[in-house]
Amino acid sequence: MIGEFFGTNLTANDMWFLCLGALRTLQLTAVAVVAGTLGGIILGIIRAESGWFANTLLGSVLDILRSVPLLIQLIIFNSFVSILGYPMSAYDSGAIVLSLYMAANCTEIARAGVKAVSKSMRWASRSLGMSYWQDLRYVVLPIGFRVVFPSWIGVVLGVMKDSALVSVLGYFELLKSAQTLITRMQEPLFILILVGAFYFALSYPIARLADRLEKSEKR
Amino acid sequence: MESLFDWLPSLDIAYTFHWRTVWKAFPKMLDGAWITFQIAVLSMVFGTLIALFLAVARLRESGILYRLATAWVEVARNTPALFQIYMAFFGLGAFGIFLSSYTAVLAAITFNNAGYLTEVLRGGFKGIPKTQMSASKSLGMTSFQAYRYIIVPQVLRAVYYPITNQMIWALLTTSLGMVVGLQELAGVTQTEQGRTFRTFEFFIVAGVMYYIMAKLIMLLAHLIGWRLLRNR
Repeated sequence: MIGEFFGTNLTANDMWFLCLGALRTLQLTAVAVVAGTLGGIILGIIRAESGWFANTLLGSVLDILRSVPLLIQLIIFNSFVSILGYPMSAYDSGAIVLSLYMAANCTEIARAGVKAVSKSMRWASRSLGMSYWQDLRYVVLPIGFRVVFPSWIGVVLGVMKDSALVSVLGYFELLKSAQTLITRMQEPLFILILVGAFYFALSYPIARLADRLEKSEKR
Repeated sequence: MESLFDWLPSLDIAYTFHWRTVWKAFPKMLDGAWITFQIAVLSMVFGTLIALFLAVARLRESGILYRLATAWVEVARNTPALFQIYMAFFGLGAFGIFLSSYTAVLAAITFNNAGYLTEVLRGGFKGIPKTQMSASKSLGMTSFQAYRYIIVPQVLRAVYYPITNQMIWALLTTSLGMVVGLQELAGVTQTEQGRTFRTFEFFIVAGVMYYIMAKLIMLLAHLIGWRLLRNR
């Protein structure tokens, strides 16, 4: 019925198939964002607080994750675990690689957040009798978080969009589901527009919100 | 009794690495890298040119051109690059436009670059107070002189490193060409590994090549930036 209205052969079943794909995209994104952010915060604090040696080492390892295409990383990881004799599902390797990628980007953000809190403010909190952890928890975290929140949103949206690449390993997220329908129905434009609209509807409002927060922060 | 170590992953790999197969295909991979480089550079050149127009349209803040430019920017930035490539390769067929995989990938990445660069350029132009133009005019400069000596050097300084980042991004994103069968570096690697199923060896080498290309572009950009932007 809906299909006839839009002049397409897409059935309710096909729509459900696409919806499942969309849910998988969201799930993959959520896992990568949570794991990557936690890892990124820890690594970022380490980077901000340690000397040049640990920094250079950690920095160059994370730099590799940001200088090799994500697609290549996915394929390398997936084939590497197979070589080790522990083949993984596309979802598992996708989730792990995306989390690492998210962590690599989050590290730089967390580091910038820690650096955004002035030294004198941290000395002040220490001389008030706060322990190192109290200073981190009650002074650095709230202030740094506010400064870097917009760029964190940017990275989250980036990972959401990049999760489409896991389709190459054969995971049926949104874009792969769409591709399957396209192969069967030969209606690429309509299906692609639906898929694009989904990503857009998810990403656009969040991006606008981050923009507004950034502007109000600068004022 | 079972050994405790049975619980740990055993690391005796029943796999021999074959690097010779990769070495044999290496010339083809270099050809692929050249295509990767071409698309990255061309998409940046076209993307920047389009972005200049879009940024000027966005700065007007009203009218049909402003809306078109805004729509371009928002769609480019809020949908996946892979989706944009599919759209160029499969979607445009509905309008009777059939692009080769090369043109489709180039078009999609140009579209994407233009979207991001518009915001970079707009930010650059917005950062310069309007009074500077009036000041240059009152010093007797022509518009061209004002742009040449006052405005553009400052804008360039503000946008140079963001543009460099976009260039690296474009380079890495060309790897998506593999999905539509383009024989750039990732595509060649995919084809060649399909003959021998030495997936890991092939893609490790491809990964290293991407890394080196990214670092070379970065180095070049810093050298040029140093020449171009040193204390004026």
